[in-house]
Amino acid sequence: MSTAATGLIDPFKIGGRVFTSRLIIGTGKYRSHDEMKAAHRASGAEMVTVAVRRVPLDRSSESFLDHLDPALQILPNTAGCYTAEEAVRTARLAREALRTDLIKLEVIGDQTTLFPDNEQTLAAARTLCQEGFIVLPYFTDDLIMAKKLLDAGCPAVMPLAAPIGSGLGVQNPANLRIMREQLPDATIIVDAGVGTASDAAIAMELGADAVLMNTAIAEARDTVKMATAMKLAIEAGRLAYLAGRMPKRLYASASSPLAGVVR
Amino acid sequence: MRIQVNGESQEFATEVSLAELLAELSVPGDRVAIELNQKVVRRTEWTNVTLQENDKIEIVHFVGGGAVRERSARGL
Repeated sequence: MSTAATGLIDPFKIGGRVFTSRLIIGTGKYRSHDEMKAAHRASGAEMVTVAVRRVPLDRSSESFLDHLDPALQILPNTAGCYTAEEAVRTARLAREALRTDLIKLEVIGDQTTLFPDNEQTLAAARTLCQEGFIVLPYFTDDLIMAKKLLDAGCPAVMPLAAPIGSGLGVQNPANLRIMREQLPDATIIVDAGVGTASDAAIAMELGADAVLMNTAIAEARDTVKMATAMKLAIEAGRLAYLAGRMPKRLYASASSPLAGVVR
Repeated sequence: MRIQVNGESQEFATEVSLAELLAELSVPGDRVAIELNQKVVRRTEWTNVTLQENDKIEIVHFVGGGAVRERSARGL
């Protein structure tokens, strides 16, 4: 589905690749592969993230990748890793299997919140950047951490909006605004916590370069409709950010001229 | 010869290479990666690398997920 926004929105670049879509989506929690494929198509996303897991030895397993549109850029992730060492090993395995240097780095610190372990994330990012990976790190929405990850060589940073799978939306817009203002040249991808279209639009209006989401689409009652809504919200939010919003005022400001009113 | 594959103990009567191990386990070799004692083994080496007693092998592939709660069911 093409929209009027096509052409007005600047392309999104990462790791030497250029994308039209600023929406990156996940591949988990869908009710069926067919439903996932339809949602992927509707979203217009050009990059999808997949997890690395042990091959089950007790049954034959088809390749999950066969259920993805071959045109999609695959972004392997280290979801489920709790230490830098596990994440580095997982990234190396993903690179060997997929022949891509892209890796979404995720090192989790706690099972209840799934908040990132920033210390372990930074350690893993340093190792992986040195090994030539294009590291996209998921981390807490913290400016100083963002700077350290960029200094380590990450081409983009992925602050959370809210806990993974929570659907709470951007919980700390001030942090994202500060990050945008202080790091005007950095690529910032909001990752995790988006629940519905307005959340995605808000993230983009705050200056995020892209949004990565999974559950908001996969757990919607109608995944294709929500994927479409997300596509439009990302475009609307990007356009609004580029357009530059009006200042907020406490009091009214008349839109019509005051002169010539019939008395 | 006893080795560990994806955390499970496996017994082999004869020497096996990584390529033979995949065939033995009926794991298709495309789009999987193999770690031997925590080091990735390049695909081109699978036929050359012969397994030793107590080797630890990890064979991984890709699944749907990312930003996904581990071991969770839908709706949790």
